[in-house]
Amino acid sequence: MNSIYKYILRIADDSLILGQRLSELCGHGPAIEEDIALTNIALDLIGQATSLYEYAAIVGGEGKTADDLAFLRFEREYTNVLLVEQPNGDFGMTIARQWFFDSFRVLFYEALLTSTDQQLAAIAAKSLKETKYHWKHSSEWLIRLGDGTDESHARVQKSLNYLHRYTEELFFMDEVDADVIAQGIGVDLLALKPIYDQKIEEVLLQATLELPTNNWKQVGGRVGKHSEHLGHILSELQYMQRAYPNMEW
Amino acid sequence: MSTKVWPLWEVFIRSKQGLSHKHVGSLHAPDAEMAVSNARDLYTRRSEGVSIWVVESSQVFANDPADSDPLFEPSQTKIYRHPTFYEVPEGIEHM
Amino acid sequence: MKEINMSELEQQFQAKIAKDIKIEPKDWMPEAYRKTLIRQISQHAHSEIIGMLPEGNWITRAPNLRRKAVLLAKVQDEAGHGQYLYSAMETLGESRDKSMADLISGKAKYSSIFNYPTLSWADIGAVGWLVDGAAIMNQVALCRTSYGPYARAMVRICKEESFHQRQGFEIMCTLMKGSKVQREMAQDAVNRFWWPALMMFGPSDADSTHSQQSLDWKVKRHTNDELRQSFINATVPQAELIGLTIPDKDLKWNEAKGGYDFGPIDWEEFRQVISGNGPCNAERISARKNAEDNGQWVREAANAFAEKRSAKKAS
Repeated sequence: MNSIYKYILRIADDSLILGQRLSELCGHGPAIEEDIALTNIALDLIGQATSLYEYAAIVGGEGKTADDLAFLRFEREYTNVLLVEQPNGDFGMTIARQWFFDSFRVLFYEALLTSTDQQLAAIAAKSLKETKYHWKHSSEWLIRLGDGTDESHARVQKSLNYLHRYTEELFFMDEVDADVIAQGIGVDLLALKPIYDQKIEEVLLQATLELPTNNWKQVGGRVGKHSEHLGHILSELQYMQRAYPNMEW
Repeated sequence: MSTKVWPLWEVFIRSKQGLSHKHVGSLHAPDAEMAVSNARDLYTRRSEGVSIWVVESSQVFANDPADSDPLFEPSQTKIYRHPTFYEVPEGIEHM
Repeated sequence: MKEINMSELEQQFQAKIAKDIKIEPKDWMPEAYRKTLIRQISQHAHSEIIGMLPEGNWITRAPNLRRKAVLLAKVQDEAGHGQYLYSAMETLGESRDKSMADLISGKAKYSSIFNYPTLSWADIGAVGWLVDGAAIMNQVALCRTSYGPYARAMVRICKEESFHQRQGFEIMCTLMKGSKVQREMAQDAVNRFWWPALMMFGPSDADSTHSQQSLDWKVKRHTNDELRQSFINATVPQAELIGLTIPDKDLKWNEAKGGYDFGPIDWEEFRQVISGNGPCNAERISARKNAEDNGQWVREAANAFAEKRSAKKAS
């Protein structure tokens, strides 16, 4: 039970924190058309987080609600990957972060479709459709920025170089994963890695971009050791629930 | 340097299978793929569509409204093109 | 083609207006009609785009998942509505870029209400309920405006906006059913937003410079004062029902006119805010400018890519 609970929270936290990051951009996008697109992605992610927290609340069995889980845990209790908490930066950074994440997420949800946990499989089926569109969108933009102007190429390449250190963590696995994989519930991320690498490479080729050769990796999010950014995200996210405890909104 | 503006595209949506695409409005996009993508996000937020066409606005040709009388009035007097023009005897059905 | 003189064209135009036949983009129209429409539609579009900012201010702090999703969807709708309106404006031969440049330079106006800050979560409720409520009053009337593309944009917008006011009122209801601190928060928001919401309908008819001509052309279908009165009549009972007090000691039902009498509006405040001296004018414009400036290299990149691709196809 404990492993499944933790496992669902990891997926949920990734969605929530990235959705929260994207929602900071609402009203500030590089074109009004893109504002709408980014907001759509944010909405999908918040929706996925909601379904997952609702399910985690049931599995957890402690009488907590989805909102309790989303808004009332401490910083070290969030288990999203470091990638999703990185700042929006310029549009190149936002797109690069989204694209790394989407490339992983599409494969992850595809694999989760066959989970023996009916609820997770159902959430994966719904989320996969959304995520495929996110991936298409972020790939299209990565290609345009990479193969656009000299300036856009330089900017987005710099973003890839910066974010690459956080991508290995997408494939992080520990005893939580081992446990859910053994039950046929979870996804063996190791098996996804080569497909991911290939998927990434195909788009990079079109975008005339490349991954940095420096392979220094950052991990820690999955066990609650975050970058300094998460605390600030949470202080906004949790503001109302912390300032006015135990109220209905 | 002033930036070139993204061109304008006209958007046509098929609201459900079996119906024609219908003009719903326009939007800006750098190219056709992005125009379809933007149209999806802008014009189908509430499940309004199952298929999208986009056409660059500069590619649409229209008649001059000043010519509308010679273009469209002559057909108004050709009432024999409508079934109601013809007399059918009482008792005839399915015609 | 037969030479038609100006007055004949003008007569045909007037005849269409009189018969409630919509004017379409390529139809002949008086230059002043075109200019009036460009001014009104662009102001309306700018209001949608600038209007994203005060509400966007609370998306990252929305109190729960449901409210966060709803607020995101609502602010996103406003971006969409801005786009519908800019598109309608562009059918009149005015480019969105020029219009946006006028907004950033301070030349173009937008609804004064968005220059007020959103200071608490209750403000999100008050904005949805009062500001969208006032906007809808105006917009429903505009669905019958004489210019076809504008009327069609308004129909679409009204359909989509019907949830905006409800979600705002729902926030207010929840607050009024909540704790003392929540009720005070709600009342405080109404105190701050009531009068600015009434100002949204614009100067009173006696002082409105554009009104009569716009009414004659059926660009506007009701006067500012008529719409303001309808809004007050509709809103006061809603406030009473959930226990909110309208901050106007002169507010009183007038049986004879079948509507509420209300106190004097501070038009000096309105003039100050509309001419750039409101609490948030500078922030709103600078946020819009930043988005435009920061997006420039992105828009250029997409253009460059499109050119490369079409060159590749051609070769």
